[in-house]
Parts: sequence; C-alpha cells; structure tokens
Amino acid sequence: MTTASNMKRIVIEPVTRVEGHGKVTILMDQANKVKQARLHIVEFRGFERFIQGRLFWEVPVLVQRLCGICPVSHHIAAAKAMDRIVGGENITPTALKMRLLMHHGQFFQSHALHFFHLSSPDLLFGFDADVAIRNVIGVAAKYPDLAVQAVMMRKYGQEVIKRTAGKKIHGTGAIPGGINKNLSIAERDELLKDIDQMMEWSRSAVKIAKDYTVENLAKLKDFGSFESNHLSIVRPDGAYDIYDGGLRAIDAQGNKIFDHVDNQKYNDYIAEEVRSWSYMKFPFIKSIGPEKGWYRVGPLARVNNADYFDTPEAEACRKEFMAVTNNKPNNITMAYHWARMIELLNSCETFQRLLNDPDLQGTDLVVKGQRREEAVGIIEAPRGTLFHHYKVDKNDQVVMANLIVSTTSNNEPMNRAVQKVAMDHLDGKPEITEGLLNHVEVAIRAYDPCLSCATHALGQMPLVVELYDNDGELIDRKTT
Amino acid sequence: MSEKITFTIDGVEVQADPGQTILQAAEAAGIYIPRLCAHKDLTPHGSCRVCTVFVNGRPQSACTQPVAPGITVENDTEKINAIRKDIIEMLFVEGNHFCMFCEKSGNCELQALGYRFGMLAPKYPYMFPKREVDASHPDIFIDRNRCILCGRCVRASRMLDGKGVFEFVGRGPEKRVQVNAEARLADTDASVTDKAVQVCPVGALLPKRVGYKVPVGQRLYDHEPIGSDIEKK
Repeated sequence: MTTASNMKRIVIEPVTRVEGHGKVTILMDQANKVKQARLHIVEFRGFERFIQGRLFWEVPVLVQRLCGICPVSHHIAAAKAMDRIVGGENITPTALKMRLLMHHGQFFQSHALHFFHLSSPDLLFGFDADVAIRNVIGVAAKYPDLAVQAVMMRKYGQEVIKRTAGKKIHGTGAIPGGINKNLSIAERDELLKDIDQMMEWSRSAVKIAKDYTVENLAKLKDFGSFESNHLSIVRPDGAYDIYDGGLRAIDAQGNKIFDHVDNQKYNDYIAEEVRSWSYMKFPFIKSIGPEKGWYRVGPLARVNNADYFDTPEAEACRKEFMAVTNNKPNNITMAYHWARMIELLNSCETFQRLLNDPDLQGTDLVVKGQRREEAVGIIEAPRGTLFHHYKVDKNDQVVMANLIVSTTSNNEPMNRAVQKVAMDHLDGKPEITEGLLNHVEVAIRAYDPCLSCATHALGQMPLVVELYDNDGELIDRKTT
Repeated sequence: MSEKITFTIDGVEVQADPGQTILQAAEAAGIYIPRLCAHKDLTPHGSCRVCTVFVNGRPQSACTQPVAPGITVENDTEKINAIRKDIIEMLFVEGNHFCMFCEKSGNCELQALGYRFGMLAPKYPYMFPKREVDASHPDIFIDRNRCILCGRCVRASRMLDGKGVFEFVGRGPEKRVQVNAEARLADTDASVTDKAVQVCPVGALLPKRVGYKVPVGQRLYDHEPIGSDIEKK
C-alpha cells in the first residue's frame, strides 16, 4: 500500500491464482472512498509482429508458443485459418474429429485445472478464509479425494491432447488442410479405459459448482455482477459448438445483436479500442460503439448463447442453469464456474461419442484446394472466442497477423467486476484486509483470465507516456 | 584387393581398406563418430570439426584424415566429447535455432547432436544475428537463420545435381550461403527434386508446404539418439 499526497493507492501485484501476470490498482481518498479500480495487464507479447515473414504452415506450431496454458486453442485457430489459405477448409471427417478430440481434451484439462486448482480454495473455504489454508495445498489436506480427482482429470485431458497432437504441450497435429495422424486402436482403447471414471467425476464437478451457486445465490447474484452483452460462436442450428460456427452476440436480455456472422467478416462487427494504462486492448461490437458495445466471452457467454447442447447430460444441466434466471441470460459473474463445469461435462460426453467413432481410424488426413492470400480462423477457446486473422503473400510468407484472444474480450468485464467489488466491499472500510482484497481477485478469477497471450502486439501500438499531477490533470504527453 | 590396414579406435582393433577415412572405417566397424558437414554421398569438407578425433594424440577431423597402419585413434572420450559439445553449442548460439517451432525438429542433425551430448543451455551468449529468409522459389525456401555453413548444399548441387546453385560468400561472421543469381533462389535453376535440398542437416534448405507432416513420435530421432543406426551394425 503506497500513499500519495491526498490519495491512497492499493496495489494487488501479482494477482494470484490466475494464468499470467497482471496487477490491480485501487485509488482511495482519505476517507477510504474508492475513486478508481483497474486491472492492468503488464505482460507484453510481440507475436503478431515476429511471425511476419515466417512461412504459413509454421504458424499453427509457432503461434501456440504464445502460452503453455491453452496452446491447443491457438494451434487449432491458426490451423483453421491456414486450411483456408491452402483451400482445404472442408477437412476430412477424420481430420475434423481428431481436431475436435484435441480441442475437447484442451477444454477438459483447462477447466479442471481452473476449477479445482485455482478457484476451489475460494469456494470451499470462503473468500476471506485464512490465507494459509485458502490454496490448493489446503484443498489437498482437507479434501484429498477432490485433489486426486483434479490431478487425474487434468492428466486425462493432457493424454487426449498427446494422442491427437503428438505431445501434451505444443504438439504438431493440426496442419494446413487437416491433421498429421489418426487415432490408433491402441490409443483409443487406452483413452476409453478411464472414460467412465471421468464421466462420474465430471458429473460431481457440475454438482459442486451448481450446489455452491444455488446455495449462495443471494450473495453471488450481486458479487461483481452487471448486465452485459455476450458473444460466442454457435452452429447453424444454434447448438453449442467450440470448434466452428457463426458469431452470435446477444444483449443482457437475450435479444440478438447479430447472429450467424460469417467468420471471415468479423472485422465488420468487432473493433478494438486502445487505452493508455494497459497492454490489453478493449474489443467492442461496432454497431453499439465502445461505450456500451463491450461483451463477455467464455463459458457464461457460451451457455447463455447456445440454444442447446448436443450431448444429453450437458443439455439437462444447461436447462437447470438457465432456469435460475428464468431462461434469460445469466449475468452473474460467479455463475461462470457452474457454466464452466457444464462445459467440462460436455467435453467428457464428447470424448465418449468421438472415441467410439470409427472415423478416428480413417486414413484420409489432408485436403487442398484453391489457394487464398487472406483467412480468418475463429474458435471457442476455454476462456472464450478466439480470433486469428492472417494475410499470406505469394511466396507463402505471413505479411499480417491479428489475434483477438479470449481474455482480451473479457478485459472490460473484468475491469467492471473489479470496480464493482471494490465499491461494494472495500469502499469506506476503515481497514483493508487481505481477505477483502481477495474479494477483488475472486471476481477476476471467475473469468479464468489468461494474461500471457492477452496483451497487445509489439510494434503496432505506439508507446505513450503521460504525466499527471496530483489532481489528475495531464501535464505532459510524449509518444514514440 | 589390397591389404587391410589395422589400427585402433578407443583401444578396439579396426580393419580398414587403404584410402578410407577414419570416419568411413569407423562406420563400417559399427563405431559412430559424430559429424555434421560430412555426408556419405559427398566429398569430405572438414569444416564443422564435430568429427574431431585424436590421432596419435593430435586432433584431426575424422572425415578428412585417411587411415594409416597402427594409428591410435581416440573417439568416445570425455575430453573429445566435451570439445564436440562446445562446437555444437557454438553452432547453436551463432545462428537463430528455434527448435520449438522448426519443422525440422525431430529430424534435425544439429538438434539430435545437442540431445546426444546432453546440451541443456549453451554456455556462450546468443548472438541473435539478423539473417534472411528467401522464400521466392515456388517449391523450396532457404532460412539462413538455421544455416550452419556445413556446405552440404554447395557440394551436392555441384557434384550430384550438376548445377552449382549454391556458393559461400563473405568471410568470418559475414559468411553465408549465396545463390547463383542476382539475388533470389527463384532466379536459379534449383528444383525441389535436387539432392541439395535433401542433404541439409538442419532446417535451412527445405521443400515448401510439407512441414509437420510426420507426427511427433514418428520422426527420425524421436526414440533413439543420432548415430544409433551405425552403432547397431
């Protein structure tokens, strides 16, 4: 905690139990009134710049190195774009199902990690429980069965990725126009061996998240919550899909802002705003503008947006979830956890369906067609909609790349959540304890932000240095 | 047929034909001597020095040194392997070798030697040189970031393809592979079927649009260290 002349500045740095590095600053006056609360992203990435000049088939393997948390998402989004570059966007059933399996493997491991390792300490012990036990070691000591489940579920997801991408982290499975391997019978049987156990644990994970949300609904309803738009992809029939579909945006009441938008035209619908105090941009829906056009992505947005899940158990859970808000969009920030676990169950059901599909043993792996020079690949990553946009010249070299990553879309919502929690829980308090500050982090964690890849590209945003006096007046400004 | 020549490598008696190099004789006897610039279809070059052995106590490159009766060759010793590891580390820091996304990863001789010699992180500082990619040719590209100046492409193009597409230019740190044209590979008669494209030990000269076709787990060095095929003979 540092003190300015007439203002108090509280810094939470780093924000813990999130992926990547960020910090929160809260400015309070001498009566402890909150004047400003912000989430800053202090990491920096330069991928969009330094893949320029690289060969296009390298991109799915190269760009996933943005991060070790959900590399599969970047791998697949880039591969989808490169499918179009080689004119092979209609990939074979084997390629499609191998990629689906890989992608659901990623969802399964990422969601399990977030729920059990990162968030469960807050939910199981309370937001302001003793910090010495409010961590994953505390969970392992008090709920050993849950800790084992967490590790084994994550391991299972990683094994799925290994068998489809070649490696647990940073594999090479998806190549332009398809996939470089199928699933052998031995690999399939290995994965089927544990599937019933995974289903059982997935069901119980949904139950933990649901029971927690329903039992604490009165408290959670307002916690870091606010009305917002929601964005995700959906299938042509409105079904939940994480691999392919048109863009759908709804407002807080469920009215459609746009629907089934062609991925190649995302630029006509989404724009990004730069603010001086964060390396992360602020995307918004163009037709509404930056002020009110921001939106949420991720599990909450996807469950709100989908007309149905095509797996029976997840669909039953979705109905229960939507019933809480009378089938209107759920705008409760903490409901992200419940939505995330419904997705986890959907991924597990999808494993079951895919592993019994003989297409996975097919040998027709790659297709090619009419070459293109520009392409967009959009998927749903565990944390939300992920956009990859590339231009490739006639020499096969990348000349332009733009990535809008999931956490970037949740930038404004996370800042709103931080502001709301700061106002509701810190404002006017005589003493700011660690437990109170953890409330701010709890709201951020609900979004499962991954800050590693969410920051802006080197070389595209001019560096601006602004000097303010104590009254907040801008007194000097320099740009590069 | 002329008489066999007898000599020892690490105390093991080896028989060789007159005119063979130490590297060739060792390989025939199932002894692996690491190498990068040497290639079975090409004349020796002796430039990378990874095949350095001690002949009667003096360092020599095994790919250029002919066998002689009674010589004592030291190969797989702690001292020599330390020298080889140093050379490999210098090659890594001198270029821009990003194995994590290189399409040659798993099939790359430089990477495989790094693994064989237990290289964890180079002890020398990275030089991060600015090097050019030439992707002008429709079917082949040169990524000079990964070039180790072994000269295999230079020799193969001249000897096996009869073309002379590649040549070295510059000296010292400025030395690089140049093409036989004003500027670009596209203006040469290089073809994707050239032997020169197939002999590159690293990811510097490659056919286009085929990267990552072989899945992880099925690549050349995924399961056994480089040289294992020779040692199994």
